[in-house]
Amino acid sequence: MLNVDSLNKGVVIDHIHAGKAMEIYRYLNLDRLDCSVAIIKNARSHKMGRKDIIKIDENIDINLDVLGFIDPDITVNIINEGGLIEKRKLKLPEQVINVIKCKNPRCITSVEQEIQHIFKLADAEKGVYRCIYCEQEHQRK
Amino acid sequence: MKHLIDPLDLSVEEIAELLDVASDIEKNPQKYAEVCRGKKLATLFYEPSTRTRLSFEAAMLNLGGSILGFSSADSSSASKGESVADTIRVVSCYADICAMRHPKEGAPKVASAYAGIPVINAGDGGHQHPTQTLTDLLTIRSLKGRLDHLTIGLCGDLKFGRTVHSLIKSLARYSDIRFVLISPEELRVPDYIREEVLRAKNIPFVEVERMEEVLPELDILYMTRVQRERFFNEEDYVRLKDSYILDRQKLSLASKEMFILHPLPRVNEISTEVDNDPRAAYFKQAQYGVYVRMALILKLLGLEVD
Repeated sequence: MLNVDSLNKGVVIDHIHAGKAMEIYRYLNLDRLDCSVAIIKNARSHKMGRKDIIKIDENIDINLDVLGFIDPDITVNIINEGGLIEKRKLKLPEQVINVIKCKNPRCITSVEQEIQHIFKLADAEKGVYRCIYCEQEHQRK
Repeated sequence: MKHLIDPLDLSVEEIAELLDVASDIEKNPQKYAEVCRGKKLATLFYEPSTRTRLSFEAAMLNLGGSILGFSSADSSSASKGESVADTIRVVSCYADICAMRHPKEGAPKVASAYAGIPVINAGDGGHQHPTQTLTDLLTIRSLKGRLDHLTIGLCGDLKFGRTVHSLIKSLARYSDIRFVLISPEELRVPDYIREEVLRAKNIPFVEVERMEEVLPELDILYMTRVQRERFFNEEDYVRLKDSYILDRQKLSLASKEMFILHPLPRVNEISTEVDNDPRAAYFKQAQYGVYVRMALILKLLGLEVD
């Protein structure tokens, strides 16, 4: 078992579906941080079999909407003085702004430069998001 | 600031009020002849649509207002690369209200975010055409006296026809509506209409390939054009095309109380021999289109007539 030091202060993003950690790393722009960031892939998990974990050695503001959009089952643990002070549960956000882009070539977002790419939650049960301009469904990979 | 981008932007109550005004305009046009004196409607048509543009312009002129605008992207600043957001900010300085037609889906929604004046979506690509839907609703209500307790037949290209999708979504909000969807297998309504609208709201519907078998049960027959290029092979087109042409013989199967609607332009899907039948309502529908656009302009400008 790989050993990564436990945090004294920072954020642990846990219960990430195995293989999704790099996607989250990019969405949250963690490459811009100066502090230590550990990505643990394929860790053993009772609940999930295998999971990914991201440990960030600083208390940063995490965009919970982005995380909830990627996977609402992820948990975010805030660590301070070596102990867990907060466990944040996620949910599918009502809308996501400039996280994903509309791929419909007939959509106005394909030509209009300055507008934000906004997707709204259309079906919470199925996790369907639609572009607010053309209503095309976002296809998850 | 109120805009009309999607037919569902208006509640059932707001639609009822709007249609009431449109019906009053039909009965008392002179009452409304000067209401928009001094007001200007900008028609921003990035692609040609003579019928819709003339309908909007006629509506504003009937209200005593003036019109300005362009009728293709070539004759507008879009040809120089100006964004929709910039164009609408400028037009907001020139006009009191605007109707926008654009080939890209969602363009009028973008315009509404930057506009200082009400924006009406006059058709955005294959997406929405809310004033056509309002026209259809006014026509049905005027001819049948109601928008509930109806069996609505929709015939032709139900897959790509945006007017059909908008009409289904709008009528799905009224009680006791039943849909009869008449199309070739290849041109059936998209899954999201079947699942997210019809099945999700428990609205009864049937899908059939031939109109003859269902004509007697319809209150409204909404015809659309079946385009040859939509078919995957010539054999299917030849096999099915005549089933989607309404002629006098087929019409003899329908109820005397049924009405035929069509968003126009018609090509050959309604035989001209049907035009003189009292049930043919498609040219009257174009007239209702002017009344409902007049009512909409008044509503969005916040103008009331006693």
